[in-house]
Amino acid sequence: MTTARSPRMTFGPSAAPANRAGTRRFRSRMTAVFAVAAITPLVLASCSGGGDSGSGGGEVESLSILDYYNNEPDSTLIQTAIDNCGEEIGVEIDRRTVPGADLIQTVLQQASSRTLPDVLMLDNPDLQEIAATGGLSPLSDYDVDTSGFAEGMLEAATYEGEVYGLAPTANTIGLFYNADLLEAAGIEPPTTWDELKTAAAALTTGDQYGIAFSAIATYEGSWQFLPFMWTNGGDETDLTTPEVAEALQLQVDLVQSGSASSSVLNWSQADVKDQFAAGNAAMMINGPWQIPALQETPEINWGTVQIPVREEGQTPIAPLGGEVWTVPVTGDDAKQAKAAEFVSCMSNDENQLTLAEARYTVPTKTALAEQYVENVPEMASFTEQVANARSRTGQLGEEWPDAATVIYTAIQLALTDQATPTDAFEEAAAG
Amino acid sequence: MEKVTKILFVVPAGLFLLLFFGYPVVKNVTMSLQEYTSRTFFTGEAPWVGFANYVTIFTSNLFVPSMVNTALFTVGSIAGQFAIGLALAVFFKRRFPLSNFLRSMLLLPWLLPLIVASATWRSILDQDSGVLNQFIGVFGVEPVPWLTSPGVALIAVILVNIWIGIPFNVTILYGGLQDIPEELYEAGALDGATGWAAFRYITWPNLRPVVSVVLVLGVVYTIKVLDIILGLTDGGPANSTQTLSIRSYQESFVSFEFGVGAAYSNVLIIVSLLFALIYLRANRRAVDE
Repeated sequence: MTTARSPRMTFGPSAAPANRAGTRRFRSRMTAVFAVAAITPLVLASCSGGGDSGSGGGEVESLSILDYYNNEPDSTLIQTAIDNCGEEIGVEIDRRTVPGADLIQTVLQQASSRTLPDVLMLDNPDLQEIAATGGLSPLSDYDVDTSGFAEGMLEAATYEGEVYGLAPTANTIGLFYNADLLEAAGIEPPTTWDELKTAAAALTTGDQYGIAFSAIATYEGSWQFLPFMWTNGGDETDLTTPEVAEALQLQVDLVQSGSASSSVLNWSQADVKDQFAAGNAAMMINGPWQIPALQETPEINWGTVQIPVREEGQTPIAPLGGEVWTVPVTGDDAKQAKAAEFVSCMSNDENQLTLAEARYTVPTKTALAEQYVENVPEMASFTEQVANARSRTGQLGEEWPDAATVIYTAIQLALTDQATPTDAFEEAAAG
Repeated sequence: MEKVTKILFVVPAGLFLLLFFGYPVVKNVTMSLQEYTSRTFFTGEAPWVGFANYVTIFTSNLFVPSMVNTALFTVGSIAGQFAIGLALAVFFKRRFPLSNFLRSMLLLPWLLPLIVASATWRSILDQDSGVLNQFIGVFGVEPVPWLTSPGVALIAVILVNIWIGIPFNVTILYGGLQDIPEELYEAGALDGATGWAAFRYITWPNLRPVVSVVLVLGVVYTIKVLDIILGLTDGGPANSTQTLSIRSYQESFVSFEFGVGAAYSNVLIIVSLLFALIYLRANRRAVDE
């Protein structure tokens, strides 16, 4: 019985005590709601079960597509390319977009309910993991021409010798610099680590840091570390080599000397861009996808160069980013063949150039590079960087996420002084 | 006939419990005994591996730190939320101009989506440009590396969680205070019990049942907090804000090791269950009284 003393579990600040009739009515209504709630999933389950019967053969009228370009301007730019290809191969397109972070979860759900789309866009480092499950169909089954593509991109899209996807464009990271600040200080854009350290130190004054980068405890932190590691001859198959430690030492030096904020530990690449755009950092490591955002702050006059190397003569090797379009195994052969045609169309020369120019990404067909740089000169250093870029999954394949976790953990250990750069990787790997 | 009707009324609720509570719990337990990866979703194969996933988590270097962090986070958050919440509830018990308005303003943190709250706090706590450091800088305090020092990050995360938890504590404790008959205070005042003595001998004993409910519910809510930590630090810097729920999330949805993630969440469920049992006992005692 409710007494004056017992706790009244009201969540609103002033819920009046309900009268008895009201309570009863409320209860029976809730029972009805629960009953509906209990039955709904069953109904839904039986609905979704019916849709997967592969009806092979016949004319293909429509293709379903899943991608993660849910933000403007990308969403519209991709939609245009999709519409053009749909028209070209003569099918209706049913496109669905989800936020980037939800894509893999969505794909896994669809895989278990056998409702995978006909065409699936994947971030390139995820491709091998999905291909390993047998969920994707190799493009060679449909005689898709995969020649002329940058080697790194093909490598990322290859699992056990078969190419599973094509990327219209690629991206990577390089060094952005604030041209006005560098000029005022009489500093040339750095090309070596020593120059980078000197320049960053000289450009650090007052509230302004010399350089910003991302060393966050996610795959983004690992991705930003890769160019320094690879350029110096380090390798993800053995992270305990001196080459890898030297690359980490560079980040430690930049933070400990105060040339970079210790907030790099918690900055995503978008945060890094914000710092640079606000004039809080004179240089930053970032990718060309930030260019549209940088154009919103026209007072910042910027330029880009490739990632600095430890000593002259080394070639800057950056990680390859970008999304690949794939053909999931849906069981409907006719649709899969049509989907392969679509994937091929998305990566044709015309789409590559259009998408690359509009989205500040780099065409993946190496033959298009020259024409592209002519059209978009500010992408020159990134285009060069992409030509030598390496895929993250090229060596480790589906094991890459484990290595990436070790890398960002090691960076965090070293930057917080919990381990030396030499020991950090061993310690991180033990986690 | 009446019997059948009775049963029919129970069936929907039973089905609901079975579907939305029974099934997930059982699934979670079986999943923790399987090698359940992204491959499973495509092939449907999830080989039984016995207790291998539990061996993995118990031997992980992150297990003990994440247990300790979970405990520190929960105890620190609850202590702060409860102390401030009780103080505010007592404060608002007096009626004064705008008291109702101010009390409803207190609910604001509750209305904000957690991910918005954590993003906002992330910028407030930024070491260089954050408002908090600029504010304490006025008093000559050196900038504090709130989210970037392994020694401070957990404290910062706890502070934010305290801020988020205050409305819940105030609301329920205020409700409890309203239920204490005013006559008790009047009688106490005649005997000289005012101020602190009135709180100590009238308010506190009468509030005890509510307090136990607030604390136990608070523990159950806090122990599984994920979004705030994820939004603020992602478990970093250098794993210093890893908790059981973060481990479970990262294993499941970053590494796609659903079996290992399920094992972590089962540990979490067992810990929560302990507190839920305490709650049920406390609640029964309250009713008996």
